Amino acid sequence: MAKRDLLSMTDLSRADVELILDTAESFLPILHRDIKKVPTLRGRTVVNLFYESSTRTSSSFDLAAKRLSADTIAISAKGSAIDKGESLKDTTLTLSAYSPDIIVIRHPAAGACQLVARNTGASVINAGDGKHQHPSQCLLDLFTLRQTFGRDLDGLKVAIVGDILHSRVARSDISGFQMLGMRVSVVGPPAMIPREIEAMGVGVDYDLEKLAEADVVYLLRIQQERMAEGANFIPSLREYTAMYGISRARLRKGQKVMHPGPINRGVEISAEIADDEDTLITQQVESGLAVRMAILYRTIVGFSESDAQEAV
Amino acid sequence: MQRVWCRDLPATDMLVRGARVVDPLIGLDAVRDVLVRKGVVTAVGDAVETPKGVRVVDAAGCLLLPGFVDLHTHTRVPGREDEEDLTSVSRAAAAGGYVAIFAMANTDPAVDTAPVLESLQRKAQAEALVPIGLFAAVTRGLQSAELTEMWELAEAGAVGFSDDGRPLANCHILRRAMQYLKVTDRFIAVHAQDDSLMGAGVMHEGAVSARLGLAGIPTISESIDVARSLEIAAYEDGRLHLCHVSTARSLEHLALARQSGVRVTAEATPHHLTLTDEAVESLDSNLKMNPPLRPESDRKALVEALRSGVIDCIATDHAPHAQQEKEVPFEEAAFGTVGLETAFAVIYAAMVPGKQLSLPVLVERMSQAPARIAGIAEPTIQPKRPADFCVVDPRATWQVTAASLHSKCANSAWLGATLKGRVKLTVAAGRLVWEDGA
Repeated sequence: MAKRDLLSMTDLSRADVELILDTAESFLPILHRDIKKVPTLRGRTVVNLFYESSTRTSSSFDLAAKRLSADTIAISAKGSAIDKGESLKDTTLTLSAYSPDIIVIRHPAAGACQLVARNTGASVINAGDGKHQHPSQCLLDLFTLRQTFGRDLDGLKVAIVGDILHSRVARSDISGFQMLGMRVSVVGPPAMIPREIEAMGVGVDYDLEKLAEADVVYLLRIQQERMAEGANFIPSLREYTAMYGISRARLRKGQKVMHPGPINRGVEISAEIADDEDTLITQQVESGLAVRMAILYRTIVGFSESDAQEAV
Repeated sequence: MQRVWCRDLPATDMLVRGARVVDPLIGLDAVRDVLVRKGVVTAVGDAVETPKGVRVVDAAGCLLLPGFVDLHTHTRVPGREDEEDLTSVSRAAAAGGYVAIFAMANTDPAVDTAPVLESLQRKAQAEALVPIGLFAAVTRGLQSAELTEMWELAEAGAVGFSDDGRPLANCHILRRAMQYLKVTDRFIAVHAQDDSLMGAGVMHEGAVSARLGLAGIPTISESIDVARSLEIAAYEDGRLHLCHVSTARSLEHLALARQSGVRVTAEATPHHLTLTDEAVESLDSNLKMNPPLRPESDRKALVEALRSGVIDCIATDHAPHAQQEKEVPFEEAAFGTVGLETAFAVIYAAMVPGKQLSLPVLVERMSQAPARIAGIAEPTIQPKRPADFCVVDPRATWQVTAASLHSKCANSAWLGATLKGRVKLTVAAGRLVWEDGA
């Protein structure tokens, strides 16, 4: 079996996506047992290589590997040879000498995981590369949507609101959501909507007037570094909140709210909505663990049952 | 005045038999034998007799073309001899069919004083297979603050002035340089780019950058500086050359300025003429260049401008980069591709068989037009003229690999590709400087 990487949602077919989601569902009961561990990936090695700070993605990949009994190594940019100027290629060659099965990588630059994939025999899973892709986030979002709306997501309408330009989550979600038949629009300040994003088949809005049409409102964080002096993506956070901040008054009853976290209460989302029962943020985090277990499992055992028989 | 320098090699005696000779300067396109004695063409005709002891090259099915001239080479000398030196760059040029190349001034140190320029001329005389000419910087240290001593640099043999690699930071400095050009008969070559619009961009801003989440370089970053530079050239009646034009909008400004009599010339690169931003989808860092690969609509406009003459010439922007500067994530990689060895093959295969461009026009744009801009003798296939030509086999295929390239660097946009069209031999300034397989 050739090694399989997960660098972008476009690496997956619809059948692959559905298989990962079904696999995640089958793992869900494990997470509610007293002994939350199965021997499935015993003897396998997963390297978590993080060049950017991360709480939920790194912890959930790490825990997912441990729940499946894999051995894990965590490398972060701080306090490793990366601090001493080692190149990504050399770090990859070094780690590959341990013959890991999977390298999970997060990196601030697009193209990093392709470089790692070219230089290792391990399967590479992209845990976020620059503003490019974050496929495991998209898969856990899809899983959360299936848990909420049922298996058939066809025709569901999602409005992604916020800084689309700098969001790898938005890019992965747009392709993943569309793959399962959902209709996606993006909403945000004009300078935060990429030029020609319409070519991805999404609607574009610069205000919340049509927000009521959406079944799901997917919020993105306004990153503080985008507010650097002279950047001028938006005049002020205050004005952003006034125009795009989501509060009770701006939502239709029953509309679901999602957010990849970390949230800025009082900026893109009001405290009241952050804690509302129609808000799926904690479900997303829970889904993250089961989905990342499924990603690790499928990456190692393969996407067909015959592959799985051979591997286990 | 001397504009190019190279090693003193033995002059060639050779009879090239049966090639299709295409020389747009004299309207020649026919199968001919070409005899070279002591580095000079002595006969062009049917069934030229072989003088005793002269080597005969059978070139049936091949093209014999006036040698190419590159107005835009980064030799990396001085400062980055690990990436290229005058020996390696001139061998790459020879293998690409070039008989003269002109080096940009953005080296370390920059070519901004006559002593630096003169030291490079001596180096070329010691190392270069193919004649090398030199641009001098417009401003000291390419800082856009103080003009270089342009008169002295021109007297020392600079072909023109350019801060290429960097734009001139403001209108004032370009205006002053244009004014001062009146003391020389040279030109200013601009790398058109508005830094405030370029920002941290790494590829063309459009549908592909939207999909990839890469910071975009908008077309207006180039076209605004093109328009600005043309305005200043018009106002000061200065001679302007536009480097590596990549957008349709820049071409509109250029065409308009030509109509109104502005003294302007312009170049386009093989990569902008044949590749588009769709290729960047692979995140292959060899496809990262500045200006970036543009969409198909811009590429088509560029090809049409090359055909019509709005673009005068093809220039490679040959930009070698060490492996460690390219074998990094796309966003962190250096800008640029090598181009001397692949230029003719990629353009010929992409345009001539499909009739987007005729062979005589392609030859004119690669050979005689850039020679005129540089102020050197136009390569031509005529008796009593120095032998400056290449022989190309248009049917031969070859693969672009680190091993097949003669540049020290393999950062080619075509790395791994199989190209059709191979330079079999090159005679530059009457010297045999390249022979395939020799």
